[in-house]
Amino acid sequence: MVETNEKVIVCKNMVKRFGSFVADDNLTFDVYKGEIFGFLGANGAGKTTAIRILCGLLEPTSGDISVAGCDVYKQTEQLKRRIGYMSQRFSLYEDLTVYENIRFYGGIYGMDAKVRRQKTDDMLEKLGIADQKNRLVASMPLGWKQKLAFSLAILHDPQIVFLDEPTGGVDPVTRRQFWNLIYEAVEKGITVFVTTHYMDEAEYCDRVSIMNNGRIEALDTPQRLKKLYQAENMDEVFLKIAR
Amino acid sequence: MKTLLYILQKEFIQVFRNKGMLPIIFVLPIVQMMVLVFAATYDLKRVDIAIVDNDLSATSRQLVSKIQGNPFFKISGSSQNRGDANYALIDNSADLALIIPQNTGKKIGNNGAAPVQIIVNAINGNSAQLSTAYLSGIISAFNSNLMIEKGGKVPGVISGEGISARYWFNEDLNYRIYMAPGILVVLVTVIGLFLGGMNLVREKEIGTIEQINVTPIKKWQFLLGKLMPFLIIGLFDLGLGLTLARIAFGMPVTGSLLFLFSVAAIYLVVVLALGLLMSTISQTQQQVTFVAYFSMMIFVLMSGLFTPVESMPQWAQTVNYLNPLYYFVLIMRSVTLKGAGFVDLWPKIAALAGYAVLFMSLAINRYRKTV
Amino acid sequence: MNRFFGFLIKEFRHILRDRRTLGILIFIPIAQLMLFGFVLTNEIKNINMAVVDYSHSDLSRKLISRINASQYFTVAYPSASENELPALMRSGKIKVAMVINRDFETEFINHQRSSVQIIADGSEPNMARLVVNYTQNTISAVLMDQFSVKPELAAIKPEVRMMFNETMKESYNFVPGLIAVILMLISAMMTALTIAREKESGTMEILLASPIKPIQIIAGKVMPYLLISFINICVILLLGVLVFGVPIKGSLLLFLFECTLFILVALSLGILISTVVKTQMTAMMMSGFGLMLPTLLLSGFIFPIKNMPVVLQVVSAAMPPRWFIAMARDIMIKGSTFADVWFPTLVLGGMTAFLLLVSARKFKNRLE
Repeated sequence: MVETNEKVIVCKNMVKRFGSFVADDNLTFDVYKGEIFGFLGANGAGKTTAIRILCGLLEPTSGDISVAGCDVYKQTEQLKRRIGYMSQRFSLYEDLTVYENIRFYGGIYGMDAKVRRQKTDDMLEKLGIADQKNRLVASMPLGWKQKLAFSLAILHDPQIVFLDEPTGGVDPVTRRQFWNLIYEAVEKGITVFVTTHYMDEAEYCDRVSIMNNGRIEALDTPQRLKKLYQAENMDEVFLKIAR
Repeated sequence: MKTLLYILQKEFIQVFRNKGMLPIIFVLPIVQMMVLVFAATYDLKRVDIAIVDNDLSATSRQLVSKIQGNPFFKISGSSQNRGDANYALIDNSADLALIIPQNTGKKIGNNGAAPVQIIVNAINGNSAQLSTAYLSGIISAFNSNLMIEKGGKVPGVISGEGISARYWFNEDLNYRIYMAPGILVVLVTVIGLFLGGMNLVREKEIGTIEQINVTPIKKWQFLLGKLMPFLIIGLFDLGLGLTLARIAFGMPVTGSLLFLFSVAAIYLVVVLALGLLMSTISQTQQQVTFVAYFSMMIFVLMSGLFTPVESMPQWAQTVNYLNPLYYFVLIMRSVTLKGAGFVDLWPKIAALAGYAVLFMSLAINRYRKTV
Repeated sequence: MNRFFGFLIKEFRHILRDRRTLGILIFIPIAQLMLFGFVLTNEIKNINMAVVDYSHSDLSRKLISRINASQYFTVAYPSASENELPALMRSGKIKVAMVINRDFETEFINHQRSSVQIIADGSEPNMARLVVNYTQNTISAVLMDQFSVKPELAAIKPEVRMMFNETMKESYNFVPGLIAVILMLISAMMTALTIAREKESGTMEILLASPIKPIQIIAGKVMPYLLISFINICVILLLGVLVFGVPIKGSLLLFLFECTLFILVALSLGILISTVVKTQMTAMMMSGFGLMLPTLLLSGFIFPIKNMPVVLQVVSAAMPPRWFIAMARDIMIKGSTFADVWFPTLVLGGMTAFLLLVSARKFKNRLE
């Protein structure tokens, strides 16, 4: 863990309304450089809305929010160069091959072709799929697609990577492998912002915030939260808060 | 610039990897040319006529044999009973009926006028008028003959003597080379409006658009990447269609090919941008299809492809200034058949270019990188 | 059965929620009726003409003013020169030109003959033919008026009666045709798309895994469109009768029965398409261009089938709308009864059975 006091996300009083429905109600939190920040909550708690705002995909109703030094109201395009994003819906093109997907995303981040080729080789080597470069993504197992999507999201060395329920629908072993990739990214100095509703994953985070009905109910390290709520594990913490 | 190349590369791979695409690109134009051009004709091929001859004189027989000798007319039944003719019209075995009353021959013998009745199935007014005109033509030729036989002199004014008629650009009045350029316009429009439009919404539905939106890609780069492949496919199909039309029905391209393709490119940008605009404001492919289909139907019907624009009421002609198809149908016909060039057509081209810029900026403006 | 109704209600909700599509579905028939009723016509009107008058006589001026007075022509260039005609015609500023020769008046006085050239834009053959025809007739009429004594002639004078449609209303033709087009669009195309969508998004698998029977799924998908189709028929009929004066001479009940039969054919076509395609895009292309263009062009709606090459006539016999349109015209305008239309009814019934059978087979194959 390379925790410092440098803040990469500063979020003050974030509010997002859709008509009369309040998706995010006055969220305030900071994320420090190099940490794994977990964003927990049941479905519909407002996690995806918050992450979309932080990525510049959605404009907040009000609040002072800056991500990687960029204002989310005005500097969304600069912001997008500095972050990576992996959504819960599928972000790779199924009708392109592994290599074509990498080339495309590398290309639109304006990556130099030489650098990109080098990185592609390293990445495929690391994932152990160097021989599958020309395989159509559609024909790959879900776990691999997720690992590939994550590797693509950090291909351009972003400061922060946002992961929106990245491990939905895969077995615990594959999930473990996925988290190894996250740790490697953190070692390179990338800050990780991850939403999940798997409570075992919450234990892997440096700090977690727990959302319920659009509000942050708790925010601290997993150890302190367990202590505070007198719980054995994060599951219990979550159930106590949600109730 | 480099970014755009990467986007184009990706779009082209995706378009050509889609198995459903190839038949659309190669088969659709062929089928359209072959089926639609042959089907879309008002040229009469055969008129079924029922004849009721209550006179049975030499004159009436002569008239009937004149009709029989005409290649367009086929006598579907002869009788002395008017009811038979009525029934033939009802059960569609005849398109029209000719009723020659008693004493027709006698009246003609006395140098008088003898009325006959033509009864036409007029549900389709257009065919009814055409077949009546053909039959009237036979009858007036018959009348001229009658007078000559009787040694009378027909004033030249009546027989139309001294009037010469010429048809420029299409001497034989070949209907097919008139329809072919119009059908090609429909083809190019289909490619632009549907394929271009559907393509963007498809990314919305699959969800990849969200990944695109979180990259620093510029809006115009992304939309241009979506537009270019179909622009090229559209121009390719135009070439294919023109070649086919030339081989199959000898349709000429009297004007400059380069000029034709340049205008076609402008037109394609208009429809593609329109397709993109529709898809930026739609959520599902079903919606886009529907909006596109609906607007295309109206555009096509109003464009003058099937019925002349001059015959439309003034308000409709004014509305047509907003119809890109109206301009392009006119341009295609003028360039292919009349050999028109920029000098003849510049106001229309200027209008198309204006719409291209307008729709493209609207599409870029309406496209949101936010959800 | 309860389960089925639940599903049906869900399908209706889907459609009702998509206001834009629903609006278009209701608006299309009205817009099309208006177009066909008020905009589209093959009648010749306001054709721009250029006149080159070498005669400069009273007679030629009389001719020009008569032509200009007719509703068919506007003499836009009354004193053009012959060498500007090509440019005028190429740019579409005129469609026809009349060159009145120098000897126009003397030829008439001495030989009772005209001396005029008509040049028409042959790139629009239909119009060119009619335009030349009208011009010739006008010239003859103007010159005939000049005779002080009309020549008495032995001639057969045709009296034309337009049967079934005395006032030559175009609506008699397009209202039945439009019903076919609209029903095809909504029933076949929308069905194909909506089922293809379910497949594409993967929700079809979920539905198939549920205890609802496949036939119920299809019925549930199709039912709302059946209802919308029916609403549209009523709208078209109402407007057709009230605004465009189309009669319904035959039995309304019989007509509605035939409409229902045609909707069934169209729905089965849509279902068949949806069983063979994987994506909405292909469903759209197949139904759009495999069904719509034939419905417009091969069904006898706009262009009479008789004028087509034999091959296309055979193809058109395989098109359901061809049978429906002919039958609808007969029932509405001629007042035909079931005895007259049993054959097309049988054909449509047979087509429905055939299409459903084929799609049932395809559907089963896919499940196994």
